[in-house]
Amino acid sequence: MTREEAPARREIAVVAFAQTDHRRTSDEFSEVEMLMPVLHNVLGQTGLRTADIGFTCSGSSDYLAGRAFSFTLALDGVGAWPPISESHVEMDGAWALYEAWTKLLTGDADTALVYAYGKSSPGSVRDVLTRQLDPYYVAPLWPDSVALAALQAQALMDAGDTDEPALAAVAARSRADASANSHAQLRGPVPQGDYLVRPLRTGDCPPIGDGAAAVVLAAGERARELCARPAWIRGIDHRIEAHGLGVRDLTDSPSARLAAERAGAFEGPVDTAELHAPFSSQEVVLRKALRLGDDVRVNPSGGALAANPIMAAGLIRIGEAAARIHRGESDRALAHATSGPCLQQNLVAVLEGDPR
Amino acid sequence: MPEVLKAPLVVEFPFTRSVGPVQSAFLTGLRERVVLGVRTRDGRTLVPPVEYDPVTAEELRDLVEVAPTGTVTTWAWNHEPRRGQPLTSPFAWVLVRFDGADTALLHALDAPGPEAVRTGMRVRVRWAEERAGAITDIACFEPYEGEGAGEDARVGRGEHAGGAAAGARHSGEFEDAISGIVAPARLDYTYSPGRAQTAYINALSGRRTVGERCPSCRKVYVPPRGACPTCGLATAEQVEVGPRGTVTTFCIVNIKAKNLDIEVPYVYAHIALDGAGLALHGRIGGIPYDQVRMGLRVEPVWTDGARYPDHYRPCGEPDADYETYKELL
Repeated sequence: MTREEAPARREIAVVAFAQTDHRRTSDEFSEVEMLMPVLHNVLGQTGLRTADIGFTCSGSSDYLAGRAFSFTLALDGVGAWPPISESHVEMDGAWALYEAWTKLLTGDADTALVYAYGKSSPGSVRDVLTRQLDPYYVAPLWPDSVALAALQAQALMDAGDTDEPALAAVAARSRADASANSHAQLRGPVPQGDYLVRPLRTGDCPPIGDGAAAVVLAAGERARELCARPAWIRGIDHRIEAHGLGVRDLTDSPSARLAAERAGAFEGPVDTAELHAPFSSQEVVLRKALRLGDDVRVNPSGGALAANPIMAAGLIRIGEAAARIHRGESDRALAHATSGPCLQQNLVAVLEGDPR
Repeated sequence: MPEVLKAPLVVEFPFTRSVGPVQSAFLTGLRERVVLGVRTRDGRTLVPPVEYDPVTAEELRDLVEVAPTGTVTTWAWNHEPRRGQPLTSPFAWVLVRFDGADTALLHALDAPGPEAVRTGMRVRVRWAEERAGAITDIACFEPYEGEGAGEDARVGRGEHAGGAAAGARHSGEFEDAISGIVAPARLDYTYSPGRAQTAYINALSGRRTVGERCPSCRKVYVPPRGACPTCGLATAEQVEVGPRGTVTTFCIVNIKAKNLDIEVPYVYAHIALDGAGLALHGRIGGIPYDQVRMGLRVEPVWTDGARYPDHYRPCGEPDADYETYKELL
């Protein structure tokens, strides 16, 4: 839809956010056991019960833990009886939030529960992610997620957009910022380490871990009732590029730029940006595509380099940006989520707090 | 809390996929050591070729042949090859723009070390000895010192590398063209069932069935999954149920399952163990199949070394009254 077509669009806000501590393993918990505390947390923040929620939407992937239909088991943690209005995307929870946002726009619901979880510890996530690739020309070669990111990093270096010290600085800044984030998996100084796939070193890559997150959305006055300072979603959009890596210019992200434009990100300055850049080199691409200057606080949470529970890490960017608005630490923030290899698909949301 | 259980889990399956006409021509071409691209209306040549224009979504069918040589547009050194990857010794991942093409193909480059690889270097296809019509018919790329070597080709977009003319048209027709591929997939996991199911399985090893009670609605879940799906609350209070139970409903199985050594017909039933808030599944034995009925009282039959009851059999009690199990159907 274009913004011209919706002059009387409902105002929708993130009113609560919670996340687990993200850790390398969570053997003692099934997925629902890991997820349930964050569901209870966001409901508790708003005083809502499951029965009060108009729409529930989740994002996850069965491939991560190798558990078929795990999203139906995860619903156990919601308490879906009497039957609830519910949906699921096999994507990062940021896209579940997008679906919930459209549901609220229609007026069918006033509140939505959005959650996402990822348990990467049971499998080998570098190999698991190869299964999302073109099954004819690419997946039979089993190019792992780090290898594909490394091809992008080398392209950036060849183009003069970055170099190894600059990438190390991104990694160090992220983990330093994460020391204030008790949920993060990597906090404080982390060695850059050896090459994992050259030119990317272990420090340029995200930690592998398990975690979950949830947010509550509410429309209009309902949002003001549930939250002292709602994080209003002023715009949200997502765009995708061709699946063929060799068709794309890996040093740029036209899909992120277009999503940002459609979300209204360029209509005014943002003070904060939470970028879903699992690899240090991807922050370089996104800063350029999203036109983020040095005056913008990028990933104060530490970002995906500090905690990257796959399928939840994008939703967490929206949640972290919203939480800063809730706390009065930001007035206008950009949140970004990505999916697919080398930033193939990108979602951008612009969040604002009421004037103080 | 006792140690949670873990077990290896291998998920392995062959995907059988049909191909479109462009994919069929390209993959069959590789079998015949021919590299095909596809032309777009605006004159670009896409290698690997696709069925639809990635920009305009227009259907593409105009095939051209390109040289089996090309230029590296980016690379990454992989010092620890993983299972399934093209080479078992260290190699470079590369995007290669074939001479005559405008886009690049992902594959492996066999090179002695990262010092020997650079963006812009010239490479050529090393064909697999046995080819079947798959992307792996290209074994890998290798450095190429022939025509165009000596001076790196330029890598800028839209500039054709090497000297090959933009490709000659190709019909895409081959004898015995492939119509599909079989792509094996295998993922290895270490499965952990979590706290609640670990407790359930550990109890079973002592031939006891232990469920968990919801703190709100008081229902006892067997097997427990850690949460009450009605209330959305964690279950923690462990409750031993059974061993006897009641058949709440059943079906008669007349089709012999592969790899299952059970004579048909047999009865598969929902059994509400005494004290459980819902029924579990089990086979009924020790009674002719046509005498099994709702309300039949049963008990588990264990075999030596088994980790769960082999089946349930009548225990001799009078049938349960319908009122006692109607909520458990």
